[in-house]
Amino acid sequence: MEYMLFIASDSEPDAIEEQPGEIEAWIEEGARRGIRKFGNRLRPNEDATTLRIRKGELLVTDGPFSESKEWIAGFDIIECENLDDAIDFASRHPMARAGRIEIRPFWPAEF
Amino acid sequence: MSEVADALVSVHHRDWSRIVGALIRLTGDWTLAEDATQDAFESALANWPTSGIPDNTGAWLMTTARNKAIDRIRSRESEQRRAKEVVVMESLQSSEHDIEDDRLRLIFTCAHPALPLAARVALTLRTVAGLSVAEIAAAFLVPEATMAQRLVRARRKIEEAGIPYRVPPSEQLAERLDGVLAVLYLVFNEGYGGAAGGEFAATAISMAQAVVDLMPAESEARGLLALMKLQNSRRDARIGPAGDLRTLEEQDRSSWHSDEIEAGLAVLRSARGRGPYVLQAEIAACHARVAAADDTDWPAIVVLYDELLALTPSPVIELNRAIALGMRDGPATGLAIMDGLKLSGYRWLPVAQGDLLRRAGRNADAADRFREALALTTSDVERAELERRLAALGS
Repeated sequence: MEYMLFIASDSEPDAIEEQPGEIEAWIEEGARRGIRKFGNRLRPNEDATTLRIRKGELLVTDGPFSESKEWIAGFDIIECENLDDAIDFASRHPMARAGRIEIRPFWPAEF
Repeated sequence: MSEVADALVSVHHRDWSRIVGALIRLTGDWTLAEDATQDAFESALANWPTSGIPDNTGAWLMTTARNKAIDRIRSRESEQRRAKEVVVMESLQSSEHDIEDDRLRLIFTCAHPALPLAARVALTLRTVAGLSVAEIAAAFLVPEATMAQRLVRARRKIEEAGIPYRVPPSEQLAERLDGVLAVLYLVFNEGYGGAAGGEFAATAISMAQAVVDLMPAESEARGLLALMKLQNSRRDARIGPAGDLRTLEEQDRSSWHSDEIEAGLAVLRSARGRGPYVLQAEIAACHARVAAADDTDWPAIVVLYDELLALTPSPVIELNRAIALGMRDGPATGLAIMDGLKLSGYRWLPVAQGDLLRRAGRNADAADRFREALALTTSDVERAELERRLAALGS
């Protein structure tokens, strides 16, 4: 199954600091095991732009789509056998301690 | 007819989860598995009175449930039939069996932490214990439609989020165990306190036994099993003739099941650790060991509560420790601690205060507390108990 990992900040991180090279090792493991398809860090909320069309009119605003103390710092697209494997892999991301990670399954196309 | 009904009750208790579990493994479809199992039991109820009770009831039901699942898949609109279902049909027609593990798979999957806690308990009651949606809804005090919806959502999440149907691999077992034990204890308490009664608690006990067998080195699993066995041994003494809850002090200890107490104590002796379930079982054992309430070793119970509180601080445990202190050192000591507890709206606080006030001879104050508790309870057996205690105070 394909999952998206939302790498989010958290106001109450664990005290343990990120070890040097940890994220590189995680990315390397994801590639080696064929789990991680793609991913990246994202610029902070100040750089976000939100748009919507209402009554046919395009409205563009500054900032993220939802007001929240936490923000999405990055994302990864992974492919795993099941949710437990996704949890296992995601739990080794350094942001599991420094922030929090949301796992969302892809909505597969209906055939 | 009543012979058939009796046979069905016992086979339901023994085999429901195994049949549902096997069908889930074969089809991956939780709803289909439950529906087909339900069909099989209904078919037994319709056929056994005339055809006679088969020699191997479990095998009869398993075969019937598989056929019902095949019927249900065939009756679906053909254009909706997907490639997946061909695979499902093939596995349903195969004869491979792995029955005992299916029950553990179900237990671990229903207790998966990615499901909301209330859904974990409800799903366990439905798929492992085989309760009807109406019974589960009654236990949770919610409308049946709400409970049905909660179950639908839980099954959908299992499928759509990819929650695996399995006992976790060994490196994940330990971290998943706490969640499983918590769900089993909630199931037990639902049965122990609720109207469905003993069958329920017995199911929780047999599930805990299966977990102990799977993970014999985990002392907390043993602790929970011991705790449930010890509590359940008192089931016939808990409710008085007027349908009122009886306190440990009031219970007729001759109706405690001494063989089950022995079994519970044996399980407890085999537990090596001192985790929260083991400590709670030790406390239950302090009560189970003595023939009269007056002989209760309250100093030992206070020490156990101190140990438990250090592991898992909670105002509810503080309340229980205060009760034990009140019994050891006199009501005033317990009452002083209770005054400082942050438990507003928790009905057992005024019950405990009322009890210690009665022991201190302050009957009017005790009556006020029991009335306060009466306003907070939703349970008939508790209401009957409080009314009896009020009457005993002469108010």
